[in-house]
Amino acid sequence: MLEELGTNDQGDMIINVGPQHPSTHGVLHLVITLHGETVKKVEPHLGYIHRSIEKMSESLSYRQFSYVTSRMDYLSSHINNHACALAVEKGLQLEIPGRAQYIRVILDELTRIASHQLWWGALAMDLGAFTPFFYSFREREMINEVMEETCGARLTMNYIVPGGVMFDLHPDFQKKVKLFLAEFKSKIHEYNELVTGNVIFQNRTKGVGYISKENAISYGMTGPSGRGSGFKCDVRKLHPYELYDQLKFEEITEEGGDAFARYMVRIREMEQSMNIIEQLIDNIPEGDIQAKTKAVLKLPKGDFYSRVETARGELGVYIISEGGTTPYRIKYRSPGFSNLSALNDMAVGGKLGDLMATMGTLDLVIPDIDR
Amino acid sequence: MTNEELKLKIEELLPGAAFEEGTEWLTLNMDAEGFKPFAQQLRNNEALNFDYLFCLTAVDWKTHFSVVYHLTSTAIRHTLVVKVKADKNDPAIETVCDIWRTAEFHEREAYDLMGISFTGHPDLRRLFLEDDHVGFPLRKDYEDPINMIKL
Repeated sequence: MLEELGTNDQGDMIINVGPQHPSTHGVLHLVITLHGETVKKVEPHLGYIHRSIEKMSESLSYRQFSYVTSRMDYLSSHINNHACALAVEKGLQLEIPGRAQYIRVILDELTRIASHQLWWGALAMDLGAFTPFFYSFREREMINEVMEETCGARLTMNYIVPGGVMFDLHPDFQKKVKLFLAEFKSKIHEYNELVTGNVIFQNRTKGVGYISKENAISYGMTGPSGRGSGFKCDVRKLHPYELYDQLKFEEITEEGGDAFARYMVRIREMEQSMNIIEQLIDNIPEGDIQAKTKAVLKLPKGDFYSRVETARGELGVYIISEGGTTPYRIKYRSPGFSNLSALNDMAVGGKLGDLMATMGTLDLVIPDIDR
Repeated sequence: MTNEELKLKIEELLPGAAFEEGTEWLTLNMDAEGFKPFAQQLRNNEALNFDYLFCLTAVDWKTHFSVVYHLTSTAIRHTLVVKVKADKNDPAIETVCDIWRTAEFHEREAYDLMGISFTGHPDLRRLFLEDDHVGFPLRKDYEDPINMIKL
């Protein structure tokens, strides 16, 4: 009712941002209470792209259910599939071949770089700079080509399956990945020159959307958003899966807690991901790409929880099995959902214009939140 | 802290606690009664210090519901799973969103899709579905002949 009137009894204006707003990146609807230009309350209205993936998964077999998860966080679809595969493998106590592990980790890190690149371009666009978008898509296209050749898809990969990966690598894979690394290394300084060092950008992000470490933990903020507040939450370090315990990489954290700190975490993470790929790309072992599994997978009775680090934070896949061929209940703990819950806390007291910087540095992907 | 040490510590707080066997993380089953003070102790007890609720979900077991809390301590690095039993006809559990703020959204989700009412929640409304939606889709007895495709 109040939303229709446009004001509340204290004379504050109530405005709707979205669901079709260019800076909400999808169908996010925010109802914002404003006192002048100062934000008093931000209330997300969700569900515009809710497909009930959890209910759908209950009627899909253990080979099928990971395909719908590509449609959750579509910028990290490899990593979503990976989480599903890990949960099933935990239930079946499968050991997967070394070659498949290498392929999985390389593709995960390529996905992370591609996701951060898109975020970087889109963030700059939210803040009024149009050019960075073209810069980031120039390099992202190279990753998409690698994916297209090997996985046959550019967005919803469905390449990682329980037991390994679906096909072997394309013959050009190593060559093209190395080409991308060389190209991106020579270009990443442009990212910093164009945006990071830009005084307008710094003024718009420094001190904006602050959240303390304690609150970030309480809200369950993970990924680069949590690490921007100094919360060490990288699943790759804390609960290493696949090869991550053998790899040398740094967990990036910043202490600032503001939009700029979250920005810096992602920029620095891209370098770490390149570092990881470099350690693996020349050493991919020969051998099988899939462990031997039965045609129909049956998980024993029990709970299986897998955790992975997507580009946005900690994704949990929680399977409750009753011993059948389909999960009894499945829960996706998506990183965007928890990160969004902190938005009100971060935005209150700030200006409406700063909300876009706060939201942009949370890196929200709406299908991941709605599921 | 290892699972065994954690188990002893929890037994001090909750005598006669029912643990599950053969789980990855220490898993505890309990009734809704007395859950809130126990949760507060999990958060505030210095030796436990569970400050990060990384997953909250509800399960329909047909005879009853259970709400599953996955907790971890960012300082001590131990993990505990608490499964709280709720009544079939009137599932109600006290909210924990004043202890872990992430619970505010997670509880709204569990209310929206599973119909668990969290008493004391400041803003318990549907999160994804329309306010006038009838029924709770994640329940096992939910039927929607128009929108649900059975495979």
